[in-house]
Amino acid sequence: MSAVVNPLQGQAQADLAALMSRRISDASLRKQYRLDQLFRHATRLFAFLVLALLAGILIALFIGGLSSMRTFGFGFFFSAEWNPVTEQFGALVAIVGTLTTSVIALFIGIPVSFGIALFLTELSPKWLRGPLGTAIELLAAIPSIIYGMWGLFVFAPVFASHVQPILKSTLGSVPIIGILFKGPPMGIGVLTAGIILAIMVIPFIASVMRDVFEIVPAVLKESAYALGSTTWEVVWHVVLPYTKVGVVGGIMLGLGRALGETMAVTFVIGNAHRLSASLMEPGNSIASALANEFTEAVGDLYLSALIELGLILFFITFVVLALSKLLLLRLARREGRTT
Amino acid sequence: MDLYTRRLLINRFNLVVSLFTMLFGLFWLGWILFTLFKAGLGGFSAKLFLEMTPPPGSDGGLLNAIMGSLSMGAAGTLLGTPVGIMAGIYLAEFGSRGWLAPVTRFISDILLSAPSIVVGLFIYEAYVVWVGHFSGWAGAFALALIVVPVVIRTTENMLRLVPDSLREAAAALGAPQWKVIVLVTVRAAKAGIITGILLAIARISGETAPLLFTALNNQFWTSNMNAPMANLPMVIFQFAMSPYEEWHKLAWAGALLITLSVLALNVFARVFFRNRTATY
Amino acid sequence: MNAAVLQPVEQALTQKIQVKDLNFYYGKFQALKNINLDIPDRKVTAFIGPSGCGKSTLLRTFNRMYALYPNQEAKGEILLDGENILGPGQDLNRLRAKVGMVFQKPTPFPMSIHDNIAFGVRLYESLSPREMDERVEWALRKAALWDEVKGKLRQSGTSLSGGQQQRLCIARAIAVRPEVLLLDEPASALDPISTGRIEELVHELKADYTIVIVTHNMQQAARVSDYTAYMYLGDLVEFGVTDEVFIKPKKKETEDYITGRFG
Repeated sequence: MSAVVNPLQGQAQADLAALMSRRISDASLRKQYRLDQLFRHATRLFAFLVLALLAGILIALFIGGLSSMRTFGFGFFFSAEWNPVTEQFGALVAIVGTLTTSVIALFIGIPVSFGIALFLTELSPKWLRGPLGTAIELLAAIPSIIYGMWGLFVFAPVFASHVQPILKSTLGSVPIIGILFKGPPMGIGVLTAGIILAIMVIPFIASVMRDVFEIVPAVLKESAYALGSTTWEVVWHVVLPYTKVGVVGGIMLGLGRALGETMAVTFVIGNAHRLSASLMEPGNSIASALANEFTEAVGDLYLSALIELGLILFFITFVVLALSKLLLLRLARREGRTT
Repeated sequence: MDLYTRRLLINRFNLVVSLFTMLFGLFWLGWILFTLFKAGLGGFSAKLFLEMTPPPGSDGGLLNAIMGSLSMGAAGTLLGTPVGIMAGIYLAEFGSRGWLAPVTRFISDILLSAPSIVVGLFIYEAYVVWVGHFSGWAGAFALALIVVPVVIRTTENMLRLVPDSLREAAAALGAPQWKVIVLVTVRAAKAGIITGILLAIARISGETAPLLFTALNNQFWTSNMNAPMANLPMVIFQFAMSPYEEWHKLAWAGALLITLSVLALNVFARVFFRNRTATY
Repeated sequence: MNAAVLQPVEQALTQKIQVKDLNFYYGKFQALKNINLDIPDRKVTAFIGPSGCGKSTLLRTFNRMYALYPNQEAKGEILLDGENILGPGQDLNRLRAKVGMVFQKPTPFPMSIHDNIAFGVRLYESLSPREMDERVEWALRKAALWDEVKGKLRQSGTSLSGGQQQRLCIARAIAVRPEVLLLDEPASALDPISTGRIEELVHELKADYTIVIVTHNMQQAARVSDYTAYMYLGDLVEFGVTDEVFIKPKKKETEDYITGRFG
């Protein structure tokens, strides 16, 4: 055992050191260098794969939609006709439905998300922040098909019997916007889809807002408080302007989610290829048209028209999400500069 | 009313509204969960896990759908995770120069939120049309494509949290870069990366849209990944939209099952991450 | 001016590292200006100076740690045993196996105490498990940590206290049997007792290793080093035997800094 205690002393130690440095042979160093290169290129290849994926999606959808594009041209965007029997297809109803439901979702979702973010960053006691934040994020974790089922079987009947009649008798009689609330209270329709989408985008928008509110330097808030500002004034006049870019980025992220949401909308929108001014009437969205009709579509042109719809959806969401990302990056860059 | 009182009142009012928005958010979560338990718990029995999906009007379970979801989820995770981890490593460790990393990061973040139904369309066009039939593999591919950006994002973020001093310390011993990354950096970020994978699994467990045109559905048991395959979300969709009472009941039970699994995975991932990173 | 700075070093000593006309750039910013300095073999050399003076930057050129980052560039020559390590043919991994480094904050790897030390050894040697155990014990003894951890070698390195972690890192660095040991403010994150142990350790290790230590603590430099270099704003102001630098510095700037009249 005593041999282990100090196995190397003085000269022996120096010898070993000399031996050691010889042991690192050139061959093993070259091998390591090659492995380094190999590893770097391997990870690079996988990064490329992501770009290839995007290209693949665009190409596949473009090729799939080609015969529809050839047949209908730009008219596809402006035609409300959707008739599988006569093979006349237009995207107008689906595009309008997609945009309307998303706008309703933002109309409700933005103020609610702002309130939640405000509560989580400024009002909530510290120990409650974690659990409440998680609870809101769990809203985002609930699968969209569950929202759809719940919307159709639980929310729509309640909405039809308790809320829609009130909306009709109050807002429905207001001039100009009254037309949005006409029609029989059926529970399903564009408005219902928009409300359910609002619940689904709240967690996304709220968590971005909370995250960007948290980056506001404490000094900035303290100086506003030091002037005698109330909490609300600090948030409205200091925090919000400071994080404006990020907040808009978060809203865009929510919009991107709302535009592409499929299952929840499919259950409650009513799937009617019909344009109507009222939000209480059934309508259709791009994603729900795809979900409902794709596997049952007969005829190449029908399929192609649906795929072109998919391409349009991908294009719109891509632009919205890219915008969101750019805005958030801008905030992050500004943050990096000032701190 | 003087200015000061007005300011205080506005403040008070807005803060109360803020509290109500919080309650508003929690209200929906509570309502949805309550509905799921009320409607779904009745369908929870051994049968649910032991019998096949029934024809209309008779009793049955969800065994084939559960198995299908598990097989496709596992295949999708196994296919997508390595891609995501490798690409994430590239972004975090080699991404400081060149154009590829920023572009990939940007595209990956967009794909993270892109409509999942489009992913289904893509696999339909690129794979289902090519082989000529719907299949479990097609479903797994679609799910893998959803896993990739989730794993890329968390892998990159977690690797970036590893302090440079740890990389330097390993390099200072003469370790080549790939060993620094594989043996030290990735290891230090392990808990975070696993959390990301768990969240990705949670995400694909509830996905329906990408399976519509890929795995389709199957009334019967199959372990053949080359044939159309039953899966929970599709069965729920089909059964919920049907007029049959028994199917509705099964759909609710399935919905509860899926939601509980997804929420449990989410909560577990968070707790796991907190516990494993607290010591570091 | 540089010749005058070099004067005090006894020429009879073997020079382990010779720095010649070294300039260093972070992008466009020049962090080191025309540094010339010889570091003697098996002695402790300390770099002192106010923050941002370039002492850590200089240290990090000796194992080319800066090469991990783009936009960092060193020009000039650094000879290690007469061989220019800044030359294009220099293999960094081989260099770093020869020049060990310990950092300001302890950097235990996320693995067991045993594996932390074995990590570096395994890179270049294939030892049997028994030989590896002996090496680990030897390194831990050298770093005066063995008695505290011998019963828990399989525990995570991150479970140790700050002072123990830092000694673990020293053990890890000497386990690969380097010739030079670079210490970058090794005690700045530690309590006084741990600091004392690290300083004793430095004193013992200099019998076998050439040690270069960066510190912002002048008393520490005076206690542990044989030679001291005072740097300011990227310039090497004065270099000489520690006692002389501290007792009768040649330059007024050095004296101001040492006596605390600085700034």
